[in-house]
Amino acid sequence: MRYACTLLAIGLFATLSLQAQDGGRQIPSVDIKALNGSTFNTGSIENDGNPIIISFWATWCSPCKRELNAIAEDYVDWQDETGVKLIAISIDDARNMQKVKPYVDGQLWDYEVYLDPNADFKRAMNVNNVPHTFLIDGNGKIVWQHNSYQPGDELELYELVEKLAAGEVIN
Amino acid sequence: MPMKQLRLLAAISLFSFCYFDSSAQEEGILEGLQIHGNFDVYGQQYNKDSIIGAPIVPEQSGINAFTNLIATKGKFSAGVRIESYLPPVQGFDVRYGNQPIGVPFRYARFAQDGLEVTAGNFYEQFGNGLILRAYEERALGIDNAFDGVRVKYSPFRGVYLKGLVGNQRYYWQKSDGIVRAFDAEFQVNELFTKLESSALRLSLGGSVVSKYQSGGNSSLDLPENVAGGAGRFQLNWKDFGLMGEYAFKANDPTKSNHYIYKNGQGIFLSATYSRRGFGVNISAKSIDNMEFRSDREAGLNDLFINYLPALSRQHTYNLAATLYPYATQPNGEVGIQGDLIYKIKRGSKIGGKYGTTIQINVSMINALKRDYLVNSDMDSANALLDQQVYLEDDPGREGYSTTLLNIGDSTYYRDYNIEIERKFTKHFKLKATYVYQVYNIALIQNKVSPNVKANIAVIEGLHTMGKKHSIRWEAQTLFTHEDQGDWIFGLVEYGYSPHWIFTILNQYNYGNKVKDLRVNYPTAQITYIQNALRLSLGYGRQRAGIFCVGGVCRNVPAANGLTVAITSSF
Repeated sequence: MRYACTLLAIGLFATLSLQAQDGGRQIPSVDIKALNGSTFNTGSIENDGNPIIISFWATWCSPCKRELNAIAEDYVDWQDETGVKLIAISIDDARNMQKVKPYVDGQLWDYEVYLDPNADFKRAMNVNNVPHTFLIDGNGKIVWQHNSYQPGDELELYELVEKLAAGEVIN
Repeated sequence: MPMKQLRLLAAISLFSFCYFDSSAQEEGILEGLQIHGNFDVYGQQYNKDSIIGAPIVPEQSGINAFTNLIATKGKFSAGVRIESYLPPVQGFDVRYGNQPIGVPFRYARFAQDGLEVTAGNFYEQFGNGLILRAYEERALGIDNAFDGVRVKYSPFRGVYLKGLVGNQRYYWQKSDGIVRAFDAEFQVNELFTKLESSALRLSLGGSVVSKYQSGGNSSLDLPENVAGGAGRFQLNWKDFGLMGEYAFKANDPTKSNHYIYKNGQGIFLSATYSRRGFGVNISAKSIDNMEFRSDREAGLNDLFINYLPALSRQHTYNLAATLYPYATQPNGEVGIQGDLIYKIKRGSKIGGKYGTTIQINVSMINALKRDYLVNSDMDSANALLDQQVYLEDDPGREGYSTTLLNIGDSTYYRDYNIEIERKFTKHFKLKATYVYQVYNIALIQNKVSPNVKANIAVIEGLHTMGKKHSIRWEAQTLFTHEDQGDWIFGLVEYGYSPHWIFTILNQYNYGNKVKDLRVNYPTAQITYIQNALRLSLGYGRQRAGIFCVGGVCRNVPAANGLTVAITSSF
C-alpha cells in the first residue's frame, strides 16, 4: 500500500508541476559528439525560427531505420515546404559508433547526425527507448513527442510540422 | 524514522509544495522551473510450463518499474530515479529484489561558463570506455553509476577536462572500492583559429583512473591502489576517418584473473571511409587481462569500471540475435571486423526504380595466445593460482606471458553476414539476410559442446496500404547440427498508424535431437501508442535465450504467461 501512496504522491507532484509550465520546455544543454569527433552542445540546436525534428535512433534499431529511411525519401520536399530540419541522435555506444557515419552516408541521409554514446542527451530528454521523436517549434520549445514507429507515422509528424510552419500552436 | 511519521512528513511536504507552488508562481521564485521525467514499467505473469524449462516463480509475477524526475531552473538541475522490483522480473539479478522500492539515483548539478559540478549520482564515459564507463542499460539490469562528485571544466575552447571521485552502484548497495579518475580532451581545430576550417580534424585525449580497495585478510599481498590509464586520438580528413585508443591497467589480482599480478592492456583501432551511397569501416581490437572492477571479488556484470565493446554485428532478427550472440571476453581476445554498405543507384538497371541497399559484415574473434609460466596445462595452472600461493616456476604470480599481437588458435566467434534491401513498388519492400555464425558455446555459455556452426536465413516484407495501414512479416530459419538443432520462426505484424500495432509470432525448435523438446513458442501482442505513451500487452511463450546490448549479455529464462509494458515521457 505504501508504495502506491508514494507513486501517487509522485504523480501528483509531477502533474502539479507540469501545470506550472506554460508551453513546452527548452532543449536541455548537454555535450555530445559530432561525427568528426568534435564536441557539440545541444543547447545550440537552432533552425532560424523554423521547426526542428529530433529523432533518437541506433544502427541496431530496425524501426528507427525504417522511420529515418521513410522520411529521407521526402526530406527535400519537407525542407522546401516548411524549412524543417531533422537532427538524428544516434545512441550507438563504442561498439557501433564507428559504423554510424558509413551508414548515414551509405543511406544518403541529409540529416544533421550526432553521437550520444553514453546516453547523456537521451537521459536529459527522458527517452525510454528508441525510436523516440521530438518536434521543436521555432522558439526552441518541445511541443510534441512520439515513441516507436510504424509506417504512416511520418505523415502524422509532417502534418504537425506543416502546422508549426504555418504559425499554428500545437498542444 | 517509523513509517507512519515518514508518511506524515511526505504528506505535509507535498501539501506545502502545492501551496508554495501556487503562491510562489506570482512572486516568480519558481519562474523558469521545469519538471519533466519518464516512466517505465515491465511486468510478467508466469504460468507453469516445465517442457520449455520455465522456472517456477512462487510470486507468479514480477514487475520492474522506473520513474525519473528531473527539475531544472537556469544553471541548476536535480533529479531522482525511483525504482521498484516487486519482485524482479525473471532473468534480472535477484539482488534487485533485496529492496522492493527505493531511490538508488539522485543528483544535484550546477553549470555555468564551462564549469559543471555534479554531486550525487552520475554516469560517465572516457573515450570509448576502455578504461572508464559508468552507464545504465535497464534492459540488461546494468547500472554501475557513480555516487560521488564530478567536475567538468572547459578553461577555453578546445580543452575539455573532467575529474571525478565516487563509489559505484552495487544493486541496492555501494562498492567497497573508491574510484578516482581524470580525463582531458583536446580538440586541436578548436584550439587554433587558423585550423578551424581545415579539412584535417584532430582530437586527442588521455585519462587516468585509480581505484582503492582494502586488501582484506588475503594470504596474498594485494595492491590496494590500482592505477589505469588510456590515450586516444581521432583523425578525420575529407571522407576518411581514423580512431585509436590504447588502455593500460597495473597489476590487479582478481577472482576472475585467478589473482595474477600481470598488468593488463588493450587496443582498439578503427578506420572509416564513406561517401554518398558507400561506406566502409574496419576495426580491430585486442585485449589482455583488462577486466577492471571496483571490487576484486565481483563477478557477472557487477561493478565494472571499464567497458570493452564486442567487435561483432549487433543483430536484430530473433534467431540471429538471441541464440548465439557474442559476449566480450575481458580477460583476453583478439578480433577484427569489416562492415560495408553500398546503395545501388535508383533508376539503374540493377538498382531498380527505388534503389537497392547491400550491407556486408564480417567479424572474426579468437583467443589471445598465452604462454603459461607454470609448467602445466591452462586449467591446472589456474587451479594452482586460485589456491593463492606463490609458485616456484612463477614467483611474481604473472600467470602467463603474451603480447597484443599474439593471436591464439581457439576460435571464439565468426560472423559472416549479408543483407539486401530493395523497394519494389511504392507499397512493397523486401529485405533478405543470410548469416553464418561459428560460436564457442563452451566458452561463452559454459555448455559442453563443440563450436556451434549456424546458417541463418531471413526474409522480411513490408506492405503499406493507404496512408495508415501496413503489414510487416518475417520468415527466419536457423540450421545447425549442434546445441538445440534447427529452428524456424515466423512473424506477422499489422500496423494501424498512429495508435495500434498487432503482432503474432511463433518459433519452432523442430530440429531438436530430443523429440520432447521440439516445442512451439507462440506469442501474441497488442501495442497502443499515444504520443510518448506506449502500452503493450502480450501473451504466450518466451524462449530461453540471451539478450545482449553492446557485447554485454543477460540470460532470459523461458517463460509462459502475460506480459505488460508501459512507457511514457513527460
